[in-house]
Amino acid sequence: MKVALFVPCYIDQFYPQVGIATLQLLEKLGVTAHFPAQQTCCGQPLANSGCERDALPIYQHFVQTFQDYDYVVAPSGSCVYHVRKHFDKLDQTAAVQHVRGAAYDLIDFISTVLKVDTLPGAFPHKVGLHLSCHGQRGLHQANESEMTPVRDGQLRRLLASLDGIELTHLNRNDECCGFGGTFCVSEAGISARMGQDRVADHVLNGTQVLTGSDMSCLMHLEGIVRRAKMPIRVMHAAEILNGVVA
Amino acid sequence: MNHAIRADKFLLDADRTTWHDETLWFVREKRDKAVYGVPEFQELRELASQIKNHTLSRLDLYLQEFEAAAQANGVHVHWAADAAEHNAIILDIIRQQGATRVVKSKSMLTEECHLNPYLIQHGIEVVDTDLGERIIQFRDEAPSHIVLPAIHLKKEDVGDTFHTHLGTTKGESDPQRLTEAARQHLRAKFLAGQVAISGVNFAIAETGGVVVCTNEGNADLGVNLAQVHIAAMGIEKIIPRLTDLGVFTRLLARSATGQPVTTYTSHFTKPAPGKEMHIVIVDNGRTQQLGRPDFRASLKCIRCGACMNTCPVYRRSGGHSYDFTVPGPIGAILSPNIDMKKHASLPFASTLCGSCTDVCPVKIDIHTQLYKWRQVLGEANEIPASKKWGMKFMGRVLASTRVYGLGGQFARRALRLLPHGLTHATSFNAWAVARELPAPPKQSFREWYAKQPQPAPQPQPKLPA
Ligand code: SF4
Repeated sequence: MKVALFVPCYIDQFYPQVGIATLQLLEKLGVTAHFPAQQTCCGQPLANSGCERDALPIYQHFVQTFQDYDYVVAPSGSCVYHVRKHFDKLDQTAAVQHVRGAAYDLIDFISTVLKVDTLPGAFPHKVGLHLSCHGQRGLHQANESEMTPVRDGQLRRLLASLDGIELTHLNRNDECCGFGGTFCVSEAGISARMGQDRVADHVLNGTQVLTGSDMSCLMHLEGIVRRAKMPIRVMHAAEILNGVVA
Repeated sequence: MNHAIRADKFLLDADRTTWHDETLWFVREKRDKAVYGVPEFQELRELASQIKNHTLSRLDLYLQEFEAAAQANGVHVHWAADAAEHNAIILDIIRQQGATRVVKSKSMLTEECHLNPYLIQHGIEVVDTDLGERIIQFRDEAPSHIVLPAIHLKKEDVGDTFHTHLGTTKGESDPQRLTEAARQHLRAKFLAGQVAISGVNFAIAETGGVVVCTNEGNADLGVNLAQVHIAAMGIEKIIPRLTDLGVFTRLLARSATGQPVTTYTSHFTKPAPGKEMHIVIVDNGRTQQLGRPDFRASLKCIRCGACMNTCPVYRRSGGHSYDFTVPGPIGAILSPNIDMKKHASLPFASTLCGSCTDVCPVKIDIHTQLYKWRQVLGEANEIPASKKWGMKFMGRVLASTRVYGLGGQFARRALRLLPHGLTHATSFNAWAVARELPAPPKQSFREWYAKQPQPAPQPQPKLPA
């Protein structure tokens, strides 16, 4: 099994520790992932802005970079969702189809491919789980409140398996954080307000560590937490899991 | 003016924004409870979606079947290509009666066609008999929601409005007493109404009948007291058979307000003896949308409003921020079909979270259509030039590993070295309105990785048994 690590551009530049944790966590689970150095981005920022055509060379570059791997794993469900859903704009060659099917969000990869849903280790903190919309509604990594009252999902199970952890019961389990890619600047007012409301739900219900599997949401929420100087730590799930697993 | 600017105005009153968000979230939660209680709810959605897809695929035939059946029932059927024709037809019917007083129950179509101002301009008194509609009619505002037209108003606002228009006590904000005042006021209007106009929730091809769902019973009262009933419907309201109706009535009220069914489900099939019934069937851009394969499914909409109640943007920006008859996610995919330039910002007024798609009782892929409208707008040059050229530039940078690596290094260094006041100046960094930028690390992931001992190629992972 050849596994490539895809580190989205903003994680590469701003959150290298998340990329490192992803790599190390996979290693601990028995998977040595390679990081093809020529990778750049999945093209989502352009496409979501209505410039899909300008993103096509990026899509092609992505496929070329990863076509020889069995799996492409990324600590960001949103990018994976984009590859799976919106690379339909390319000619559907065998390579394109392969890469679309091979792209996995880290947590999805751990749960679905490695079939791991419990981990040994302790994390004695109150943890608030932020579900990314693209991971949850797009990649079906967690139940949706639109369909069922049962709060279940891949990351929830992994976290719940840790010793000493307490998961925050949020008033709104799966409301969008308001990041939305370029939405966060083109609709800055609404985006900020959504993020503030999301963080307020965590504060109200006692979250100490806010986590999730999509770093883009977390970047936005962390920006709000730091601006308001709230006593909450924001960590990508890979950082937590890598930290607790020996 | 774009959606973001109008949204910012709404956001200025932070407490009202909180109240608006919570009020609509409450409706969404009621919807959830109602939905969880029906085990076959997802099957019903699928069924409804298929019935609508089927109907749209042969809409011409069903419309003709409907027309013939309605005529056989003694109903006058009129066809309107656009809003102007719709308005003219209705004015004509009213004039033929020599009538001057019209009562109207809820109809988004007549809002879309701006019927009220047109009739008033031609000397007709129009009274909206739905409570919410009457409130905004007094205030000369547009509805801010398709099911809850006055949801942007607090009870105190309604109290002020009724004080001005109905003479209730100043400062009265008790919902019971305000409603009673409206009831007394409307009773006189109902009795005086000569022509009753209603909307249509469902039109049944097989029977030629129309169905109107309300909670106040005002459509029935209006129609039964007036000499003439005019029902206005968009061409997409057709369903094939009476037996299909149950699928939709089970979905509509649950999705809209969390009720099992609307208080009144009124069937109008033929005029009462000595009275007249007219049905006006309106296109007004719908066939154009039907001709767009990517956006055709938007015509499945049964106007339940669930996508508005769940939309985290709508709840915080208010219905008026969309500046279109139908606000919220569904409005954002209907409006560019009508006027792409004017409504160019609406498909961007979304994070594409997809909650709208998941609550939609007829399974419209709303967020996918938002994404697709963005591409159409991009191609048509209806997005800001700065964005367009920025994206072209990014496209080139991100398709090249080397240029990308250099750009990233430069940005991080700049962020580290420049003072906070400069990097966070909100005049050119909208991010910083409420957020800190990430603390720039010394090295990127790829720089770190390059320094690691490289792993042996293609090891076999130890998969758990
Ligand atoms: S698009 Fe769907 S959810 Fe929105 S109003 Fe129409 S039927 Fe309801």
